[in-house]
Amino acid sequence: MQAETVLDGDVLVILRHPPHGSSWLREGLDAALVAAAFGQAVSLLFQGDGVLALLKGQGAGPLGQKGTSATLDMLAMYDIESLFLDATSLARLGLSTETLQLPASPLEPPSIAALIAGHRLVLTF
Amino acid sequence: MRYALLVQGAPYSSQASHSALRFAAALLARGHHLACVFFYHDGVYNAARLAAPPQDEPHLLDAWRRLSEEHGTQLQVCIAAALRRGLLDEREASRHGKSGHSVEPPFELTGLGQLIDLGLGVDRLVTFAP
Repeated sequence: MQAETVLDGDVLVILRHPPHGSSWLREGLDAALVAAAFGQAVSLLFQGDGVLALLKGQGAGPLGQKGTSATLDMLAMYDIESLFLDATSLARLGLSTETLQLPASPLEPPSIAALIAGHRLVLTF
Repeated sequence: MRYALLVQGAPYSSQASHSALRFAAALLARGHHLACVFFYHDGVYNAARLAAPPQDEPHLLDAWRRLSEEHGTQLQVCIAAALRRGLLDEREASRHGKSGHSVEPPFELTGLGQLIDLGLGVDRLVTFAP
């Protein structure tokens, strides 16, 4: 029951796209930063291929798109510290939490449902 | 109930805009209020004023305009997402030295803060994405 208290917040941003190849992740993170700048308690959930955003050591290299790894480093400055990831998605990609740039709490499906229910506004990217 | 819609799909490329319009019509028919439609990601292309679809296809731009005229629904477009994609109103066009503009009322360019405000201020924010 205590877990539900921890999961409560104003805005939940769900990120389901990988960092490169589209602007989904970047525009989702932008929405999260703006919500935080507006004084909202923001949580992030990385789900599906979105968990790839958390992989350590990413660079945009020759790609035309700016990477998102620098934005992830800024999250703490915006007081966005409630980071969650879908444990099933991580396992499906053969990854573990040790490979991640930031500490995000792995959640099983029932906790994901509680996370979504615990937020006033949910934005999905 | 007070609703707002978030449209993230480009017109004609995906079902998102068509579904959003149909959902808007359905909720209005049931007596609900549609405060605003916010366009983000590729959804900003819905605001391109020069859109000229073939006559046997639904005219999405006109449908949004009608929605706004008949129900007072605001049509807000994320300015950062719009500028990157070549969607500028008269003011932004002159600020960036462009010879024409591609967005005009009832669509208005606005910031993402409006989306957050909107989402927290209505009873339901429903997302339509590809």
